Amino acid sequence: MIHITKRKEMPLPQALAIRLLAIALSLVVCGVITAVMTGLNPLDVYGTMIKGAFGTQRKIWILLQEIAILLCVALALTPAFRMKFWNLGGEGQILVGSLASAACMICLGDKVPNALLILLMAVASVAAGAVWAGIPAIFKARWNTNETLFTLMMNYVATQLVAYFVIVWEVPKGSGNIGIINQSTEAGWFPQLFGYKYLLNIILVALLTVAMHVYLTYSKHGYEISVVGESASTARYVGIKVDRVIVRTLLLSGAVCGFAGLLLVGGTSHTLTTTIAGGRGFTAVMVAWLAKFNPAIMAASSFLLVFMGNGAGEISTAYGLNHSFGDILTGIILFFIIGCEFFISYKVHFAKKEGERVV
Amino acid sequence: MKNLEDMMLGRRQFVLGLSGAAALALAACGGSGDSGTDEGAADAGDAAAEGTAIKVGLICLHDENSTYDLNFINGFKEAMGTLGVAEGDYMIKTNIPEGQECYDAAAELADAGCTLIFADSFGHEDYMIQAAKEFPEVQFCHATGTKAHTEGLDNYHNAFASIYEGRFLAGVAAGMKLQELADAGQLKGAAPKMGYVGAFTYAEVVSGYTSFFLGAKSIVPDVTMDVTFTGSWYDETAEKEGATKLIAGGADLISQHADSMGAPTACENAGIPNVSYNGSTVDACPNTFIVSSRINWAPYYEYAYDCVVNGNAIDVDWTGTLATDSVQLTEINEAAAAAGTADKIAEVKAGLEDGSIHVFDTASFTVEVTADKNVNATVDGNGNLTSYMADVDTDAAYEGDTEVIADGFFHESEYRSAPYFDLQIDGINLLDTAF
Repeated sequence: MIHITKRKEMPLPQALAIRLLAIALSLVVCGVITAVMTGLNPLDVYGTMIKGAFGTQRKIWILLQEIAILLCVALALTPAFRMKFWNLGGEGQILVGSLASAACMICLGDKVPNALLILLMAVASVAAGAVWAGIPAIFKARWNTNETLFTLMMNYVATQLVAYFVIVWEVPKGSGNIGIINQSTEAGWFPQLFGYKYLLNIILVALLTVAMHVYLTYSKHGYEISVVGESASTARYVGIKVDRVIVRTLLLSGAVCGFAGLLLVGGTSHTLTTTIAGGRGFTAVMVAWLAKFNPAIMAASSFLLVFMGNGAGEISTAYGLNHSFGDILTGIILFFIIGCEFFISYKVHFAKKEGERVV
Repeated sequence: MKNLEDMMLGRRQFVLGLSGAAALALAACGGSGDSGTDEGAADAGDAAAEGTAIKVGLICLHDENSTYDLNFINGFKEAMGTLGVAEGDYMIKTNIPEGQECYDAAAELADAGCTLIFADSFGHEDYMIQAAKEFPEVQFCHATGTKAHTEGLDNYHNAFASIYEGRFLAGVAAGMKLQELADAGQLKGAAPKMGYVGAFTYAEVVSGYTSFFLGAKSIVPDVTMDVTFTGSWYDETAEKEGATKLIAGGADLISQHADSMGAPTACENAGIPNVSYNGSTVDACPNTFIVSSRINWAPYYEYAYDCVVNGNAIDVDWTGTLATDSVQLTEINEAAAAAGTADKIAEVKAGLEDGSIHVFDTASFTVEVTADKNVNATVDGNGNLTSYMADVDTDAAYEGDTEVIADGFFHESEYRSAPYFDLQIDGINLLDTAF
């Protein structure tokens, strides 16, 4: 017989050991699957993935930039998740943020000085993201609507909105493509720091990580978020205005997603497409979850996912394997990482026939 | 150029719940849309230094699951085989979105020693230009793009093929089929009617369906055609629904310009003949597939490779033709095609090649000019074109800049490789133009 009991707090070294063991096991399973399904040497495949992520200076910059954007979105979702408000609308909030930035670049590109333009883009995209998350928040606060569905549906509205404006601004006519905005004037493009394309984005997200950590851990707002997350009734009892906390927190969550949209449009791609968010609004859910909503650990989980993604691309080119194969490996590794949490939270007892107990 | 991902993602994401396990499923399904990176197989070779062999890269929007990308990948591998390029000296990066990722991919290929880099999707163009400016010693070749002739860069080039000739020939096969149906009294209406599922109202699509229509019209002069648009280059559901709608609207035959199996499948289910694109769909549609036109990219890859190896300049705009074998028809499916189709196609093809037939012969179609339709056109009393200012130099205002009517026909793909025929001609009825 097997029975399961909940553990008390497990000491950190032991918890870390379990996690490392899980990762090691997942790599073994991945290795077996790689060898069986492709006939390749798993160690070579792992080596190629590492080369794909770190092989050149450029690859490292790309890796850091991708981590930064994904982390930014995860940071955005965190305050809402801590409050147990399931914001699945990250994708849409990024999209409207991107749309607002692109609109400023297209409509004001040649009318205002660059510094002012970038400031306007920042304000517009942050506001757009905040509105997109604020609408479901208000409905939740007022009428207790289901935020999961509402935020999810807002993604589709955002996608269609972007699709509409892509047609408004498309070049050439009918192509459904905007292309790089202000390619000749570079109006609204973020400046390059010290000649590095992606450094500014990375620094901004690093600062944001610290700020979010401080906000959640040391501010009164952060405390209120935790209390509402634990129990709305308790929060009400101690005099916290729950409705207000919900709306305020979601405005913040959406604003940071909008900021991610700004980074994508102003900082890197300089264009607008319906796929510019690239699924990050959803991937970030996992980033935040894996890190138990701890901003510092989120940097590590973002790294893991981006590393796996870039590595998957590398093996698809090097060995002619489909991208999906890399996704399979990622899935296996995540399965083990998430699965091991069970053994950290619970203790499994195997009782032998005589009732003798073994750990 | 292709919006596969948003549709695919939409579906997947929708079913996700909230648990960590669901989040797991999400990442496992590849929601993150990451770009491929690579260069592993190639060792930092010395072949380039010898001037005899170079490294070549190809950037693809999706992977071989898309018929569009598959057509490029097959052409690329075929050309590499013909040229004898060693396996480690060419690299393919798949699933590269139309954003900064394309620039990154191009730069990584250049870092890996590639001196010739291709990209396959329209939306890659600006990022290829960005990379071309940064790596002047590397040649960048972009298929379907429009800006090479106005950018003025020595190392940035566009390419396309005169696929309108292939479409015209496919249209001839369609016309033959309609004639056969008419002779057998099997038309749905009094006059033959075709349906066409297009992606966007972009010139590439307009040029394609118009040439197809004119090919059919050369056989059955009273034919008309309905066109519907999906707003995506790859949307299986929308393409299937579009074809079904056209069939319900009385179409006797369907063709399409979009990259999924949606329209061919709808035709097979309804027993309506289909003229396909990108490659043969006969395996899935043995009873209804007639013929398909496709662009064969291998000649371009070979041409560009030879140019780089021999130190010659690559054409700013390269247009493959029937003569270069860039425009191809697949094998005709005798089970669905009308008798004598192959002979007729051979006859018309010979006419196109010797210049006795022009696809966009102004005498073969009429155009209506109104305040918001065909505004850049001038017609004579019969409605035949006498002048058209096409938007050849891409600009945000879509301004017509080049006279393309001369010698009695519309000169397609001559002033740049990508198509610019975007007139709405009589006999073709656009059902929706939202895209």
